Amino acid sequence: MEVNLTLVVITAGLMGCGVYLLLERSLSRVLVGLVMIGNAVSLAFLVAGGPAGRAPIVEDGVTTGISDPLPQAMVLTAIVITLATTAFVLAMAYRSWQLNGHDDVQDDVEDATVRRLALRDATSDAYQATTSDYPGDDSSGDAGQAPEDDPVVALHDERGTT
Amino acid sequence: MSALVPLPVLLPILGAGASLALSSYPRVQRWLSLLVLVAVVAVAAVLLVQADQEGPQTVWIGGWPETLGIVLVADRLAALMLLVSAVVTLAVLAYSVAQGMTEDEEGAPISVYHPTFLVLVAGVANAFLAGDLFNLFVSFEMLLFASYVLLTLGGTATRLRAGTIYVLVNLLSSTLFLISLAVVYAATGTLTLAHLAVRLEELPDHVSLLVQLLLLTTFGIKAAVFPLSFWLPDSYPTAPAPVTAVFAGLLTKVGVYAILRVQTLLFPGSPLTDLLLWAALLTLLVGILGAVAQSDIKRMLSFTLVSHIGYLVMGIALASRLGTAGTTFYVVHHITIQTALFLVLGLVERRAGSTALMRIGGLARIAPLLAVLFFVPAMNLAGIPPFSGFIGKVGLFQAAQADDGWLAWTLVGAGALTSLLTLYAVAKTWAVAFWRTPREAHEALAAIGGDGEPIPGHDTGLVHEHRGHVHTPSGVVSKQDIEEARRLGDDDTPDRDFHTLIEAGEDTKDSPLGMLLPAGLLVALSVVLTLVAGPLYAYGDRAAVDLHDRRPYLTSVLGEDLR
Repeated sequence: MEVNLTLVVITAGLMGCGVYLLLERSLSRVLVGLVMIGNAVSLAFLVAGGPAGRAPIVEDGVTTGISDPLPQAMVLTAIVITLATTAFVLAMAYRSWQLNGHDDVQDDVEDATVRRLALRDATSDAYQATTSDYPGDDSSGDAGQAPEDDPVVALHDERGTT
Repeated sequence: MSALVPLPVLLPILGAGASLALSSYPRVQRWLSLLVLVAVVAVAAVLLVQADQEGPQTVWIGGWPETLGIVLVADRLAALMLLVSAVVTLAVLAYSVAQGMTEDEEGAPISVYHPTFLVLVAGVANAFLAGDLFNLFVSFEMLLFASYVLLTLGGTATRLRAGTIYVLVNLLSSTLFLISLAVVYAATGTLTLAHLAVRLEELPDHVSLLVQLLLLTTFGIKAAVFPLSFWLPDSYPTAPAPVTAVFAGLLTKVGVYAILRVQTLLFPGSPLTDLLLWAALLTLLVGILGAVAQSDIKRMLSFTLVSHIGYLVMGIALASRLGTAGTTFYVVHHITIQTALFLVLGLVERRAGSTALMRIGGLARIAPLLAVLFFVPAMNLAGIPPFSGFIGKVGLFQAAQADDGWLAWTLVGAGALTSLLTLYAVAKTWAVAFWRTPREAHEALAAIGGDGEPIPGHDTGLVHEHRGHVHTPSGVVSKQDIEEARRLGDDDTPDRDFHTLIEAGEDTKDSPLGMLLPAGLLVALSVVLTLVAGPLYAYGDRAAVDLHDRRPYLTSVLGEDLR
């Protein structure tokens, strides 16, 4: 298959920029990234359709030398879907700005809670108390630090030094 | 009679349009949606019988010369998925209609709900019937766009946060799907599944492997196969109960269906058994460990949903008649059971004001019917004999045993372990949410620094503080953790727990019959699946034979000469 190198290079460039933007926190930048990736994919379809030719309209029964119409139809569908996507994500970004004053993609609350609880649990007095061989023996719990200290800070310090 | 094939897609689409036009007549809208879905169930049932007796039903849409246009195919597997999804969506719609009539969801425009729901149904049906990859892509987009709207209904802060993750992940997977379509088209010049089945075999191995991996990754995201599953437990629990129910029941299974179809039809020579078995193993274990760690019932169920996808992938990975038959049976069981559980959970949330395990208790005495409705599918999910969950798991284990590789045997072990851990997770939920009294729950919560005052003159001695930690019957919790959890907690969570609600006399939200009935019927259906397991498994086996033979599908689409 003959491949148009210009199209390939543009596709790669758009895709790279798109992925970079996708990694941003702000939803509007993510959206621009998505649009760029969408355009890159549309170009990829043109590459997939083979070399360009005449407009795909059959005149007088001549079917040779015309472009493949199918990828173009697919690209058209993809463009329509990208349009709807853009509209929806824009609406979400606007609503997020209304509610929070920014449109940053937020961390999952429960995830953050579970993660922190687990971290604290692992360094806490209660963990040592419940995993001790002698349930009544409180002294084992004091081996680390007093529970009133912030164990997370302590853990971070520990990790920082090792 | 194959003219029936497009109807499961057409009816909901037309219904959605009419429903949107009728948005100022909510009553008409409701009846219209219900009527459409009843019709879809009827059509799907007829298609099932036809596909079983006469072979795959095929329709070329739009009157193009055959093999040029868009093809819809209803073979045994597609017809079965279609029927189950239609029944489940009908139950969910009936449930949400009753919910909408008794309480107006805050800020949720009910006029948007019905058309969107119907588009979702059309998208799901189209995905099952699609005979070419691009049509499959379009149906994914249909159901995804409907799901974006349903997930962010009302636009509250929590739903918006969850929705953002969901939308972005799915947009990315759609893009990946488009890229793989471009690659497939460049390599073969067609996207019709039946043509691809013939032409992919002529490609060099590395090209077809690339195509296969691209498609599997795409569908893996949709199906929530580890490690592509992290978006699911974050996004599903925030939606309204019926929406979560239909998402949990259907959307991931569409991904599983796509994997099964592609693996059996397009790449029979390259089953990638090891890769998929590893994915199944990790999905099973990571998912269920997540479920065990959760303190909210909705999130717990979302994690079991991810985990049990592992069983389905396991059956597909084995690439044998036994494995495919097991997956077919298990998918039917799992769609029904997961939807039923989420519907019942919606009733629990309505009754107790929350699904956080810390806040509720004693539902078994106050709402015994709810307790039974939760208990039966929960045991079914864990795979307690004689329920269908047990039968499905045994079928899959038999398939793995027939495979006889060490990895397959490992999966049998992991599957049994997952089943046990599922039992642990649902039993814990049952014991805390339904068995202890609301007063105990309240005291535990009050003692660990939660909301509300301790009840004066009532000291059970079960809960006590010791050196900055609170000891309750269910474990030891640090006060700091509780405070932090509360600070980070969702704004949508109500401030009062179940006991306070009862004391204030605000526990008036009886479960309305309109909501109980669909949930109850779905639970009953899951029990019926156990009773008809024999015929159903035999059907699944016939579907598996068709899938691995491929000829019934190919001749039905391409004609006898396979061109």
